[in-house]
Amino acid sequence: MDPIINIDRLSFHYPDGKQALFEISLQVARGEKIALVGANGAGKSTLLQHLNGIIEGSGQIRIDGLEVKKVNLGAVRALVGVVFQNPDDQLFSPTVFDDVAYGPIYQGLDKQAVKARVEQALAAVHMGDYAARNPYHLSGGEKKRIAIATVLSMQPQILVFDEPTAALDPRARRELIELLHELPQTMLIATHDLEMVKTLTPRTVMLHQGRVVADGPTAAILADEDLLKTYGLW
Amino acid sequence: MQELYAHSHSGIHRLDARVKVIFTLAFVLFLSLAPARAWPAYILFLSLVLSAAVLSRLGIGFVQKRALLALPFALAALPLIFTGPPPTVLLPVFPGLQLSYSPDGLGRFASIALKSWISVQAAILLAATTRFPDLLFALQQLRVPKIFVAIVGLMWRYLFVISEEVLRLLRARASRSASLPGARRAGGSVAWRARVTGGMAGSLFLRSLERSDRVYSAMLSRGYNGELPAAESTPLAPADRRALALGVILLTFLWLLSLLTGG
Repeated sequence: MDPIINIDRLSFHYPDGKQALFEISLQVARGEKIALVGANGAGKSTLLQHLNGIIEGSGQIRIDGLEVKKVNLGAVRALVGVVFQNPDDQLFSPTVFDDVAYGPIYQGLDKQAVKARVEQALAAVHMGDYAARNPYHLSGGEKKRIAIATVLSMQPQILVFDEPTAALDPRARRELIELLHELPQTMLIATHDLEMVKTLTPRTVMLHQGRVVADGPTAAILADEDLLKTYGLW
Repeated sequence: MQELYAHSHSGIHRLDARVKVIFTLAFVLFLSLAPARAWPAYILFLSLVLSAAVLSRLGIGFVQKRALLALPFALAALPLIFTGPPPTVLLPVFPGLQLSYSPDGLGRFASIALKSWISVQAAILLAATTRFPDLLFALQQLRVPKIFVAIVGLMWRYLFVISEEVLRLLRARASRSASLPGARRAGGSVAWRARVTGGMAGSLFLRSLERSDRVYSAMLSRGYNGELPAAESTPLAPADRRALALGVILLTFLWLLSLLTGG
């Protein structure tokens, strides 16, 4: 089967000339859950933001066969749901309902369909009772779930997470990991949380200074203490 | 967002910040006190700014590009064209609809637009040739109330933080702005988009408010008591004094000239 994400020699440098990604190639099969690990500044977030065309580098990315470029951005963003690290960046509406409804309304769905999508998405993150609440007053863990719901309501095929467990208390973190287990989508998760990686993602890709330095079964990579030490994960 | 300061090795960059602050304020003051339609004086004021731009090695284009930012504010004076003092000319627009146009008002509008454009250039030059901390220090030494200096300084510091925050909000929104294959045009109604934008502005405000609380607590825990450390006052160097005196005298002459030519 064709990979759902196919990254071919992706490079990117910032406007100030600093190169962040060097010829990254990566294939992800449908339904795969992958961890993207690496020290701060390794290029994890930069790579993730390429997947739905928030930033554009050179090289090629295909999502479900569709090339990520300007004319396809709308369609690509319907396929790839990005959950940002800070839920406050993602939640900007007066009520949880409005926030989760943003994606579907933008896509032009009618009222009934939008309502159904919102209910479905909130149920999927176990937050069905929160539709009328103000996102601003929720706890960190709750905000994270709502942020995920805002993406699920678009029914994407791929979920992309940037540091999903950062700044969560132990219980919120455990519940979030359980939720990620439940969700059937293809997942790409940038994280420092190696404990989570161990249980959640069978495959791990390690970045260092904008290059892929390891790609393989999680168990093998996490067992390689030298590798982890070399790249600042230990 | 970019820094206003643009580095270069020029006499203007090296000039004491206090001299530049006082001179810029005097420049703007004299220019605004010049009467309307003093065209020859305006041209001299303009050439003064342009020469300073050339001397600073930033170039005229650099200053002009930034000065465009101020143009919309000049529009506030636009009604003068129609509401200026008599004599007015009635211009037929449609049958039955006439606009009263005042040539005198037009002259005033042009004067105001020109003056604000030139003043903004002076301010841009000040900000581009003086490092921001030097600017704050100069204000402090010039006995501007400490609270104002503190406000300006903190505003500058957090403007960058907040503009980054805005960027992240916009990115998160763009990520969820998708279209369905074969669906009708995506994007939602204008009213709905406006509401979303309003929500974003509101949440940005709330977050900034909370951040200010956190910042203030952090300041207090490091011993902040509302006082900035006193600026150590050093007297102006003789060369700086001469430059300042010369500049202010020049400005006075230009202003006197404007009194003779305008009206």
